[in-house]
Amino acid sequence: MKAKVYVTLKPSVLDPQGKAIKHSVELLGFHGVNDIRQGKYFEISLDSSVSETNAREEATRLAHDVLSNPIIEDFRVEIEK
Amino acid sequence: MKFGVVVFPGSNCDHDAYHVISKHVGQPVDFIWHRDIDLSTYDAVIIPGGFSYGDYLRAGALARFSPVMNSIKEFAAKGNLVLGICNGFQILCEAGLLPGALIRNRDLHFICDYVNVRVENTDTPFTQELKTGSVLRMPIAHAEGNYVCDDATFEDLVRHQQIVFRYSDRSGNVTDAANPNGARDNIAGICNRGRNVLGLMPHPERACEDLLGSSDGREVFRSLAGALAAAA
Repeated sequence: MKAKVYVTLKPSVLDPQGKAIKHSVELLGFHGVNDIRQGKYFEISLDSSVSETNAREEATRLAHDVLSNPIIEDFRVEIEK
Repeated sequence: MKFGVVVFPGSNCDHDAYHVISKHVGQPVDFIWHRDIDLSTYDAVIIPGGFSYGDYLRAGALARFSPVMNSIKEFAAKGNLVLGICNGFQILCEAGLLPGALIRNRDLHFICDYVNVRVENTDTPFTQELKTGSVLRMPIAHAEGNYVCDDATFEDLVRHQQIVFRYSDRSGNVTDAANPNGARDNIAGICNRGRNVLGLMPHPERACEDLLGSSDGREVFRSLAGALAAAA
């Protein structure tokens, strides 16, 4: 089983890296790009003995306590069997 | 009066802090390896600058799980003095000992330069021998020094006079042009509500000798030593 965690800056926090990427994208000639926000993606392999409910709980705790800083970031957890 | 300087894998201003305490403050000082947990012999602990754990995940994010950090939380809860400089400030925020967070500089660059900071508050052990409104010239060297916090936290910081240093020009005017990294309200350093934990991005320990460009940082260590002597 795999837990996928997406960590993104809160909408209220400026993302200078995302802005720089958007600028480059525009220079390359891409049009209609309104905004780019950069985030982090984690793949966590879990033991097959862990139930889906437990996997979600554990991954959520991990995302909250370690992978993200809740002051500046939000996260989303997906479980893939 | 004994000082401890915490050493994480990747700390690189530990020797500077050690040098300043032994040479300029003239007090005994030890390095504390991040796996050590006994802080009982220390009167003040410095968390130095550097790149603990290579800044992996987020600056300071992994250092906060080192065994020494639980001891530092207990040490601070007893009212003992903790000074976090640069990466030390980032670690204190990640560990929840100081509010807010430090994110990527506004212009994305790693900035290594001298800045001026205005002393906003002298009601702390770290600034008690300074004058409010005085300006210190100290170096910064960071890519993640952009202080952010939500509005409620900011109002709290103001209400409890926890903003200790703000980036300013040489005359002490706090302007956007004098803000190197985009920090909210030009914040360069804050303390906790108990005033015994201070974090700042500029490096006072690298500004203690005229030969190195400035000796203004000595004032911070003079205050710290004075506060400890008065409490003894």
